[in-house]
Amino acid sequence: MMKITLVGQPNCGKSTIFNHVAGYKAITSNFPGKTVTYSISKMTFQGMTSEIVDLPGSYSMTSFDLAELEARKYLLREKIDVVINVIDASLLGRGLELTLQLLELNLPTVICLNMIDEAETKGIIIDTDKLSHLLGLPVVTTIAHKGWGLNKLFETAFKVGQKSAKSEFLTFSKDVEQVIKDLSEYIKKTDYSEKFNVPYRFLATKLLENDQDFIDEIKNTDMEFIKAVQGYQHQLEQCRDRSSDEVISSERHHLSMQLYESVVKLSKPRKEIRNYLDSVLMHPVFGYISLAVIMYLFFNFVFYVGAIFEEPLLDFFYQFLPFAEETLGADSLLYHIVSGVVQGLAGGIAIVLPFLFPFLLGLAFLEDTGYLPRVAYLMDTFLHRIGLHGKAIIPLILGYGCTVPAVMATRILESERDRFITSVLTTMIPCAARITIIFGLVAFYLGPRAAIFVFLFNIVVVAIAGNILSNIMPEITPGMILEIPAYHVPSIKILLSKVWLRMKEFIVIAWPLLIVGSVVLSLLQHWHLEEFINQLISPITLLLGLPVTVGVTLIFGVLRKELSMVMLVQALGVTNISTAMSATQIMTFTIFVLFYVPCVATLAVLIKEIGSKRTLFAIVFTFLIALILATITRFVY
Amino acid sequence: MVVSLTDIKSGSKVRVARIRGGLGIRQRLSCLGIHPGDIMLLQKSGFMKGPVLVNIHGNQVALGRGIATKILVEVE
Ligand SMILES: Nc1nc2c(ncn2[C@@H]2O[C@H](COP(=O)(O)OP(=O)(O)O)[C@@H](O)[C@H]2O)c(=O)[nH]1
Ligand SMILES: [Mg+2]
Repeated sequence: MMKITLVGQPNCGKSTIFNHVAGYKAITSNFPGKTVTYSISKMTFQGMTSEIVDLPGSYSMTSFDLAELEARKYLLREKIDVVINVIDASLLGRGLELTLQLLELNLPTVICLNMIDEAETKGIIIDTDKLSHLLGLPVVTTIAHKGWGLNKLFETAFKVGQKSAKSEFLTFSKDVEQVIKDLSEYIKKTDYSEKFNVPYRFLATKLLENDQDFIDEIKNTDMEFIKAVQGYQHQLEQCRDRSSDEVISSERHHLSMQLYESVVKLSKPRKEIRNYLDSVLMHPVFGYISLAVIMYLFFNFVFYVGAIFEEPLLDFFYQFLPFAEETLGADSLLYHIVSGVVQGLAGGIAIVLPFLFPFLLGLAFLEDTGYLPRVAYLMDTFLHRIGLHGKAIIPLILGYGCTVPAVMATRILESERDRFITSVLTTMIPCAARITIIFGLVAFYLGPRAAIFVFLFNIVVVAIAGNILSNIMPEITPGMILEIPAYHVPSIKILLSKVWLRMKEFIVIAWPLLIVGSVVLSLLQHWHLEEFINQLISPITLLLGLPVTVGVTLIFGVLRKELSMVMLVQALGVTNISTAMSATQIMTFTIFVLFYVPCVATLAVLIKEIGSKRTLFAIVFTFLIALILATITRFVY
Repeated sequence: MVVSLTDIKSGSKVRVARIRGGLGIRQRLSCLGIHPGDIMLLQKSGFMKGPVLVNIHGNQVALGRGIATKILVEVE
């Protein structure tokens, strides 16, 4: 089976192309660095089945962050039949720098000039035939989110894959080329080219560029080889009076600029409103005001849409309970099971869904317009004060969707310490599940103002926690380097597919859990076992001044955060929570649930990303914060 | 005159003269198309020690304060 791999710089449209043939599987958004791991799918095209792989974006084949490293490792490790090098046509000059490096890998390659619509509005007209001739590769133009040109792209890819026509590198200036050649000859005498599974020339240029990954791997065993490499680096430095990595990167830069200039005709860019958006949205004063307004609108959208549906849906489900009680008898086991199922369903459909859908829709909209990188820009100053930099805001914002991908998104941060601190902080950001708790409990019973307070309070706590963590681990962060992509008008179809992908996760995993959880609780209640668990948790519930019966919901909440709210109704034995809990108790409960111990799915990904010791730290840290803040809430609110 | 990118007014066109600092920062900047000799437009100079925003080869890039001070430029 043929294996097709999508390679390209961040945000050029790889995942959009992948989703077009694989179905919506990889999250696409308009900001660099959201794909941090690869996705694989089978695809059938004109009767032929093949495998398609979507890699994280990489600016260059020298890797800096973990996502880029993952892409490169995949490219070097796997046997790939054809590479589709996706280039954002509106950034052709920069994109070609990666292309030049891919050529050195001698793999069958097709160039996909995507976002040709964007290039045109910028006034960039590309002579594709000439580009194809100069690179020695087929070139196909596409507009991925509309599906335009993708058939031709895959047709070409299959042809190239079948012929397995290898790509050829383009040469640099003579003197530099000579050094690369000499080093390649030297590498031929060793087995490193086979060991790393790369052509001589690729390894030679990377070594001259001081590629940390390769050098680290050789350093421990073969100092003699490293010494020889340093000799060649020295030769290059003599040639140009610059460090050898600069020589190579500026050669590559010049070559891409040459290519760019010979294939591009510039005309006048089209005038558009979006060109002026940033003078407001990134303005030192209006930028922050706009941010506050946008978040406020977003909040109201979620709240009002959710509130419309919550009550009628709840009434609908709860009307079955008296009926079941009458026919089955209040003490029968069957009644307990039935009421558990009904309450689980009610929780999933009536309390969670009405808020989840508008929330995910709004988030997808913000992601796809390209607003998030602007938020990163605005927040950099503040994040700096807590020892992180602006890019860390992206995992933090994603945390409002789901903590699991948010923790994974910390891979776009360069330093290990930043990844650790940001991971811990993302677990404290209310994810969609906890947001539904804030809406379903606080906004619903205590009013929207109280809910806004919870969100703002949460941000303050996260900032303070960040400050504490970065004081425990002082280190200068490398600083933010972040591309701010052009605004896009989101495609409705893609928005809905993305919302559906995220909702599906909830329906497939959370609903069964909600129902099973509710049934389990019913059974526990039937046999009076829940009293035992509540007794165990009672030190916490008593400290927080909560009804002892809510203890058991805190245990379930670690499985899925929604469970603690949904089961609250059942644990208290009422349909209207405000009859069993005071306003203070509702607030205390919410604050505790907001911060305490990440859910199991998050714990699993934390262990993978930051290791089990640090995960344990995260558990203790968040638990203490929850306990302290909830206790304070009890007495202050 | 060569000055650091943080000492320039918004709206000026500058040429990158030199990038101070090690291999890492050089390579990361070069990935986004910023090399010595390139011309870029400073769209927004940082406020409150915030990041600066530059336009390089038709693309916007935000650079944290720490990074921006390491980029030495000449005003065109
Ligand atoms: N205008 C335009 N937008 C596109 C095109 N292809 C993709 N996009 C959008 O560009 C953004 C980035 O795409 P994505 O597939 O996530 O990029 P990736 O990082 O390469 O995987 C998304 O918001 C897409 O909807 C295109 O051809 N034209
Ligand atoms: Mg992607």
